Amino acid sequence: MPEKTVIEAVREAMQAEMRRDDTMIILGEDVGNRGGVFLATDGLIDEFGENRVIDTPLAESSICGVALGAAVNGMRPLAEIQFADFVWPAINQLVGEASKVRYGTNGVKTAPMTIRVPYGGGVRGGLYHSQSIEVLFAHTPGLSVVAPATPYDAKGLLATAVRTDDPVIVLEHKRTYRLVKGEVPDEEYTIPIGKAEIKRPGTDLTIITYGLMLHYSLQAAELAAANGIDVEVLDLRTLRPLDADAIAESASRTGKALIVQEDTPAVSIGSEVSAIIGERCFFDLDGPIMRLGPPELPPMPFSPIQEAEFMPSPEKILAAIIKLAEI
Amino acid sequence: MVFNIELPHVGESVTEAVIGKWLKAPGDQIEKYDPLVEVVTDKVNMDVPSPASGTLTKIIAIEGETVAMGSVIAEMETADGEVSDTGDTPANAESAQTPASPSPLASRIGTMVQGANVGPTGGEFVDTSLNAAKPADSGVQNTSGQKVASSGKQKGFSPVVTRLAAQHGIDLNSLVGTGLGGRVTKKDVLTAVESGGTGSTPAPRTAPLAQQVALGEDQVIEPSPIRKMIANHMVKSMSEIPHAWSAIEVDVTGMVEWRTANKDSFERDNGVRLTYLPITLSVVADALRANPRLNSSWLDGNIVLKSAINVGVAVAADGGLVVPVVHGAADSSLVDLAGKLGGVVERARSGSMTLDDVQGGTFTLNNTGALGSVWGGAIINHPQAAILTTEAIVKRPIVISANGVDSVAIRSMMNVCLSFDHRIVDGAEASVFLQSVKSGLEAITLTSDLK
Repeated sequence: MPEKTVIEAVREAMQAEMRRDDTMIILGEDVGNRGGVFLATDGLIDEFGENRVIDTPLAESSICGVALGAAVNGMRPLAEIQFADFVWPAINQLVGEASKVRYGTNGVKTAPMTIRVPYGGGVRGGLYHSQSIEVLFAHTPGLSVVAPATPYDAKGLLATAVRTDDPVIVLEHKRTYRLVKGEVPDEEYTIPIGKAEIKRPGTDLTIITYGLMLHYSLQAAELAAANGIDVEVLDLRTLRPLDADAIAESASRTGKALIVQEDTPAVSIGSEVSAIIGERCFFDLDGPIMRLGPPELPPMPFSPIQEAEFMPSPEKILAAIIKLAEI
Repeated sequence: MVFNIELPHVGESVTEAVIGKWLKAPGDQIEKYDPLVEVVTDKVNMDVPSPASGTLTKIIAIEGETVAMGSVIAEMETADGEVSDTGDTPANAESAQTPASPSPLASRIGTMVQGANVGPTGGEFVDTSLNAAKPADSGVQNTSGQKVASSGKQKGFSPVVTRLAAQHGIDLNSLVGTGLGGRVTKKDVLTAVESGGTGSTPAPRTAPLAQQVALGEDQVIEPSPIRKMIANHMVKSMSEIPHAWSAIEVDVTGMVEWRTANKDSFERDNGVRLTYLPITLSVVADALRANPRLNSSWLDGNIVLKSAINVGVAVAADGGLVVPVVHGAADSSLVDLAGKLGGVVERARSGSMTLDDVQGGTFTLNNTGALGSVWGGAIINHPQAAILTTEAIVKRPIVISANGVDSVAIRSMMNVCLSFDHRIVDGAEASVFLQSVKSGLEAITLTSDLK
């Protein structure tokens, strides 16, 4: 099977879906002639033309509003938000409007739209190119939120997102774009939304994570294995709806759960995962549910030293693993 | 009001700092955040900003002084209530004056979170859920505030442990836990279930080394007390002292000739054997007198030059290495040295050394050459400054220049290797010392009158 980067997998999925469905359009800042700031849409305008690959003004509210309008009127738009940090002006279009279309029209209308949102830090991006924005969307009924961390998952989940008849937020961790390489079939395939995956089986404790932290957690798990601790790593892949069954199954089996995330922990994905484990696994727990995340600071710091201090790392995860394992 | 200025905490692993230059003098008007004083730690050098506005009244920690984080380094006079942003309440103002505890302001100025974990509250990875199970607590606080002695039993069982025990009829109090602080873990219960007993002791997580190894072919030897002591001493020395090494070649042809010529008469006249050791010891003692830094110790951040020159001599005894000490080496004649050496070496080999024989060494001489070694990087005998090895004397063709003519001669050559504490001396001083030893040894000729 050929090896591809995350960004190549994303591009391949978009190209395949554009070929498959004539009603699909791509819109966003610089997605056309420039090929996207991360080159996700590189070459697509050549194949599909500027009526289907549309360069927009620098106005996220407009991008998502246009996408929503197109979606409810029979098209299948895919909007790219250049950086997650700039998605805030579009919140009303997404959280306030798109999420409520199906319910609000009693199912007469739906909004089959996909919003690709490169997010996350550890890229020396500072305050405005590093944010983790998943919680606001993951909190919103009516939206689906996926966060693939591997090239394989990126292609499969993006294909599913495009084919879904309701809005799907696709969070792509920008650090993984060219950092992570893996096997991706050339053929089309889909991965169901709402299904987590055990990326590393283990018996002593479960790490539950997503995004870039999946890779850091896998590294930490290898380090822990050298210490005789057998760590299971569960990749959430979808943040809404969370795969509560998979979370509960793994946590019950190992009896110990460590949630690792790049987003600040208070009122976060980790909070929700923790609540699920508390509700469903109480009599199987052999230790406290633990969370590892950055400090509760407004931004990802710009200084490389402070950024490294802020971000969870394999070493920090290993320390938490050992602490939990030794209880 | 009087306000105590404390040395702020600059990081978790830093506990003390050396006071550098004071940038303000008593009587100076200072604004909050004005740089007050330079401090140097093993991590960072920084200016300490003034925690408040006012007048500097007294400098307590002077330049060069090493002070602990949080201790009071100066006093200032501030207007009432102008202590700090958070110091408005009397309680806060009071605690800010207590030298032992860092003021909220000081920790706000100085603290950068270090360490492996960061967690929910933004500081260190604080998961209070774990604190209940911490073994370090010698006792727990009950509601009346009294300390309750920890019985060694755990304070509670996890849900899964309780459930499994109930299912399988296991008496949890009969189990020995392998978890943190002796906590009975899920694994412990499952092990007990498997072994079918309620009172069985589950296998500890890691089998003892001897047990593990017994399965293979390796042999495990419990080190003797002296072996353990040597091990600890070597680890201490190697981990505390930054070692550096240097070596020099010495032409000892003259010394060999002198000893050969005088050996028999020396033994006859004095009743002691004449080896090379007392001769080199005598030369080394002289070299130490000329280079006192090599005869010193790094002690609490100071270099202590030793007044006595007491040279330890490494002796391979049955149980392991011992280092009897020849006291007053620089003030002894060759005959005395040979006598003293003979005595301590004999006592070392027979295991009858006195306390005096092992105490007070200021330098160590190691005659590894007797065993054929030609080069060595010895470990310094803590807390001394250096150790010298005299290596094997071997005959080698050597180029000799005399009157502008080079010729090759067969000479007796010996390497002399020095390991030194680089905190105390640099390579240049070490080389000067080695040159002293070399010239001392090479000055010996057949006609020398050694006493």
